[in-house]
Amino acid sequence: MELSLLNAFIAVFIAIAFVGANAAYLVWWERKGAGFFQRRPGPTENGPWGLLQPPLDGIKLMTKQLLIPGGVDKAIFMVAPVLAMFPALVSFVTIPFSSSIQAHTIEVGVLLIFAFAALGSMSLLVAGWSSRNKYAMISSIRAVSQTVAYEIPLLITTITVVLIAGSLELSEIAAAQMGGIWNWYIWPFQKSAGFNIFMPISFMIMFICSVAETNRAPFDLGEAESELVAGFHTEYSSMGFGLFFMGEYANIVIGACLITILFLGGWACPFGDLGFFPFTHHVGWFLLKLYLIIFVFVWIRWTFPRTTIYGLLNLSWQYMIPLSLFNLLLTAALIKVFA
Amino acid sequence: MAARVKQIKRRGRTFLEQLYLIEVIKGMGVTITHFLRNLRDNRNLYVRDYPEVKPEITSRWRGRHRLTLHPDGTVKCVACFMCQTNCPSECIMIEATERLDGVAEKMPARFTIDLLECIYCGYCVEACPMDAIRMDTGIFSVTGTSREDMVLELEDLLATPGGFAEHEQEDR
Repeated sequence: MELSLLNAFIAVFIAIAFVGANAAYLVWWERKGAGFFQRRPGPTENGPWGLLQPPLDGIKLMTKQLLIPGGVDKAIFMVAPVLAMFPALVSFVTIPFSSSIQAHTIEVGVLLIFAFAALGSMSLLVAGWSSRNKYAMISSIRAVSQTVAYEIPLLITTITVVLIAGSLELSEIAAAQMGGIWNWYIWPFQKSAGFNIFMPISFMIMFICSVAETNRAPFDLGEAESELVAGFHTEYSSMGFGLFFMGEYANIVIGACLITILFLGGWACPFGDLGFFPFTHHVGWFLLKLYLIIFVFVWIRWTFPRTTIYGLLNLSWQYMIPLSLFNLLLTAALIKVFA
Repeated sequence: MAARVKQIKRRGRTFLEQLYLIEVIKGMGVTITHFLRNLRDNRNLYVRDYPEVKPEITSRWRGRHRLTLHPDGTVKCVACFMCQTNCPSECIMIEATERLDGVAEKMPARFTIDLLECIYCGYCVEACPMDAIRMDTGIFSVTGTSREDMVLELEDLLATPGGFAEHEQEDR
């Protein structure tokens, strides 16, 4: 598909609409899921099953007063929420929802997503730094140390998958897993992975790291209400806070997209190539996997209590990084020998 | 009798438990059963839809105050100041006056309760020798838009009906 101005415009429009709708309704789903996990009904007041809650929340956030406290670094304070939202939006450009639905094919798509994910943690740092609030400050320090710690195993695990697929392009990584559920990189004994037995562990590392990367419970140390008021967005009100919230949920969607593409075959049908069936290798499969993973995120959030910051960093530096490094070396060696 | 000692098995020290992965999945199993049970049947929750469904309040529950009347419609209160003296938050203000209707020698000219000060301890009810002040109205939600709204006068207190019939009253 050639890149004309109209195409770019439509792609951006769809990306923003997708992110906005997801961010809004994931909040609803999170609350509803929380209710169901805890034997409560969840939101029920607005519309059937509380389905009108997200638009009303949006209206509420937009009509509230945008308060800028005295003594903050105004320019940076205003930039931070935008900086939280915008990398998440850009990352959607490279994500292939199916073989034909992709805003722009970029040969280093994986790299681009990680580059912008790193920029996302920058927004947390900037928000905490400019807020003139010690709790926001501590929170942003935590968030950044956490992101640094978990980006490393995440990247190493991704390199493992890139080695197996032989490409940095997300659509090619997904295309390499076509032809049935047994070809997905989550399973051990892939021929292309040199019969590596540790692929499920890779998947686990990837999964845990994405939970930590998106600052979600049980790793949401940056938003530990019990000790840090509200976290890095303590001083933000109105839509500034709303943008942080949307950026967070957009990041969750991107994390789930990455897991889907790298380990669950992207838009691949789990039953292989069924010639007679019209919906093999369809965007529907992608979305199904995507929302299943997001459901597991919600499930995890309402199951486990928050860890400590030391436990969190120990988990990464002592277990995740050595394990993922070992797995990378093993995969490289096995590919050299077998594939 | 010797105390019975129950030894509770310490958990969490075996290798499999230290690995966490299995215990994590067990925990997630517990929550997903809650989720699925809710998904199947969401009606029997221990959740009250508060503004629509009012809570059940017993007559012993200390609600907003009221002043009671004799069967012939005269005020029971004799302005003895027992409640005002007893009140730990000093929210009761009584002005006594001479009583001319022959029921007693004194009666309250003004009887003011500041609900913003009141801590609903019920000491005034216990102190009252005439059973004149009660907290059995069952009013639990006291709201107002100004400080003056929250100050009850003698007339308001007398006009508040009891929340329970005589046979519903539990022994106090």
